[in-house]
Amino acid sequence: MADTRPGATSRIIRWIDYRLPFVQFLNHELNEYPTPRNLSYWWNYGSLSGITLIIMIVTGIILATQYTPSSDLAFDSVERIMRDVNYGWLVRYVHMNGASMFFAIVYIHLFRGLYYGSYKAPRELLWILGVIILLLLIATAFMGYVLPWGQMSYWAATVITNLFSAIPVIGPGIVTFLWGGFAVGDPTLHRFYALHYLLPFIIVAVVLLHLVALHRHGSNNPLGIDHKGPQDTIPFHPYYTIKDLFGLTVFLIIFAFLVFYAPNYLVEPDNYIPANPMQTPNHIVPEWYLLPYYAILRSITFPILFISSKLAGVILAFSSIFILFLLPWLDTSPVRSARFRPIYKWVFWLLVIDVIALGWVGANPPAGIVVTVGQIATFYYFFHMLILFPLLGKLERPLPLPSSISVAVLGGGARLGGAGAPMAKP
Amino acid sequence: MLKTVLAGAAFSAVVLASALAWAADESMPLPRQEWSFDGVFGTYDRASLQRGFQVYKEVCSACHPVKHLYFRDLAEIGYSEDEVKAIAAGYQVTDGPNDQGQMYQRPGRPSDPIPGPFPNDQAARAANNGALPPDQSLIVKARPGGPDYVYAILTGYKEAPAGFKMLEGMNYNEYFPGHQIAMPPPLSDNAVTFADGTPATVPQMAHDVTTFLTWAAEPNLDDRHRTGLKVILFLVVAAGVFYAAKRKIWAPIH
Repeated sequence: MADTRPGATSRIIRWIDYRLPFVQFLNHELNEYPTPRNLSYWWNYGSLSGITLIIMIVTGIILATQYTPSSDLAFDSVERIMRDVNYGWLVRYVHMNGASMFFAIVYIHLFRGLYYGSYKAPRELLWILGVIILLLLIATAFMGYVLPWGQMSYWAATVITNLFSAIPVIGPGIVTFLWGGFAVGDPTLHRFYALHYLLPFIIVAVVLLHLVALHRHGSNNPLGIDHKGPQDTIPFHPYYTIKDLFGLTVFLIIFAFLVFYAPNYLVEPDNYIPANPMQTPNHIVPEWYLLPYYAILRSITFPILFISSKLAGVILAFSSIFILFLLPWLDTSPVRSARFRPIYKWVFWLLVIDVIALGWVGANPPAGIVVTVGQIATFYYFFHMLILFPLLGKLERPLPLPSSISVAVLGGGARLGGAGAPMAKP
Repeated sequence: MLKTVLAGAAFSAVVLASALAWAADESMPLPRQEWSFDGVFGTYDRASLQRGFQVYKEVCSACHPVKHLYFRDLAEIGYSEDEVKAIAAGYQVTDGPNDQGQMYQRPGRPSDPIPGPFPNDQAARAANNGALPPDQSLIVKARPGGPDYVYAILTGYKEAPAGFKMLEGMNYNEYFPGHQIAMPPPLSDNAVTFADGTPATVPQMAHDVTTFLTWAAEPNLDDRHRTGLKVILFLVVAAGVFYAAKRKIWAPIH
């Protein structure tokens, strides 16, 4: 294989690099980029979500060439894609299930960050950019869900846009403005389509910033300690390119299984009924990845002081994500990785269970035990964020940290030589 | 290390499975039927599809349209080009306007959508005591339980239990939400005569027409299952190769 270091390559590449250091840039960010040598498979989900974003954009653009964003034609145009466009069924099922896979990956990526304290100094902005990506992703997914203009599309759009009516005084005006009319209709569909096409490219831009911030200090690692020299790191390529490639293939197997053998498993059957403003479905439920927020939204069944129960629910549902922006400062523990935090290590799983419980609550009609569980789980979520995180950092006595990654991983510095330089290729 | 991958996969599965809960409904559990299109190797049974089309054409189509189906689609369930032409020609479709500005009737062609029984929803309601017979071309995907649900409805007519209040003109069906369905029992033994000699019992007709409606909702299933097998086989081999490569590349630094 050719040596890709600048200067060692062809005259053409040298000529270009002198003017536009592109090859140099790639070499620096991939070949030389020092990566902790101890990253586990939980670190695969970052690159995985980037690849899924590309899959979504490519399939989305193909679908856009055949889709008609009009309330009279949208549903039929999707069916046309499914039936008459060559491999239209494949592209659409990939796009449809890709949204679910995307959220599954992003949530795992997020919980990995929570477990290993990846949001702590100096990676606060990296984390904040990630939360912005999550918000954009939710907005994009929601608007995409509306486009097929089935029953659930229509009623999800109605329910979610109506949330803004909870804002005092200007709320109803905002809702009319969002709809472009006095009900969800043709103008709403048109603008959702325009925004659904636009937002992914904004996500790409934020992802690039996320990567710039990542490459500033490099990846966190399961030990949560900084790397202290070349013995602690290995170049990204080929070590993590091959590891990511293997992870990607395993991911694609699960993805393919869903697309080819259970493409409608995660979809509400009601969305195969064309939108009908005269008939409300029995249960209006969002897609699985929005269920926890939906549960929080519905769990406030009583007014808080002068705030109506509806407005309080809306505020809490949004806060459940916005609170993540503050996490780097809410978590007062100086230790990043849960491995060295004997209490947090267990408390972390309570949050996972809590979020799954919220998902279950969001999926079920709000009656009886469901409401109670929802209220307890909502309370716990904010308790965890606002009370447990600051308190644990103060009360918990962390275990002693290893002196370096290489000492912890290799058990005393065997075979250190040369690992920091790009691997000599056979 | 493979363990971590599996743990990751299991975790993803748990996250995805949290979606399961919504199917919960208070109506009767649907009896599971055996379908030729179930499972990874499932394909549509062509003979059953053609019998099902016959049941749809001779029974269901009196009230229910299949809006998303074209005559040409019938080639996929095993009819020859000439048979498709003949089937299409058996229908009158509205075309036009012609040079005089008039709409006119002509025999159907393979490129026409299969015409429904009513010109519009209002006409359908007027003819059906106010109820709208829903389009059948997506019904299997539009109902929880899919084919099992459609089969259960078709075979689920019973005498209303004593004391059960029935509304005027409604029929009792075990599996319909609320048990009161406007559609009278559509199938009766020997309602059609199958050319291949299959006895036209109610369960047989229900099974065949459900197979046909599943195809109508998901005409690419055969292709999907076949392609999926190849894609997944390829990916499994690729994963093996990449895993071996990963082991080899990482060996010197472990």
